[in-house]
Amino acid sequence: MLHVTEAVYHQMVAHCLTGLPEEACGLLGGDPEAAAVVTCYPTRNVAASAKLYTVDPKEHLRADRDAESGGHSIIGVFHSHTHTEAYPSPTDVTQAPDPTWHYVLVSLRDIRPVVRSYRIVGEVITEEPVTVSSR
Amino acid sequence: MSVTVHLPTVLRSHAGGAKDVTADGATVGEVLTALASEYPGLSGQVVNADGTLHKFVNVYVNDDDVRYMSALDTPVTDSDEVSILPAVAGGAVDSSRSLPT
Repeated sequence: MLHVTEAVYHQMVAHCLTGLPEEACGLLGGDPEAAAVVTCYPTRNVAASAKLYTVDPKEHLRADRDAESGGHSIIGVFHSHTHTEAYPSPTDVTQAPDPTWHYVLVSLRDIRPVVRSYRIVGEVITEEPVTVSSR
Repeated sequence: MSVTVHLPTVLRSHAGGAKDVTADGATVGEVLTALASEYPGLSGQVVNADGTLHKFVNVYVNDDDVRYMSALDTPVTDSDEVSILPAVAGGAVDSSRSLPT
């Protein structure tokens, strides 16, 4: 189960909507043991594509340092699918960098954004519930 | 030179769980070689067998991406911090439209 605050949830979705027509992406900082996201790091998609994303490496470095200075770590990544389901693509699976991370997909296919989270370990995809709390 | 190397979460298990380790070398390449010698599990994770930087890994000396400097020949000093981060990428390029049943 992934826990996010309302602020993080809204920041993720807003960043994805703002990124249209391209895929948007960002990193999630928080407590890995509690699977709790406390900080959303919207990042630039250097691929600048409606079908691919690459987190800006420099922004990843900054996010990593910021998270760790606050006693947290980067525990996942979110990105949007502009025209398809909120489900990891084969490319998402093969390029998943860390089996301990949470992979959040935001589908903008329909008028209402759909947010889902997954664990990707090897080629095994497991959906996990997302809880949204006020803080 | 003895530099601090900051490891990403995904590689820490190869270094006994350490977040930061120390390695000797005058260049990024020498530091990474020393690192792999100290922690054999890191071998091949950052530098390919042909001596090039792994495509899906980003290496920084302080705030500078070594790909925009001299890659593995980038010099380092005692006060430098080498950070290793995985590339984070993906996309719906080959996404299926259906949810799993």
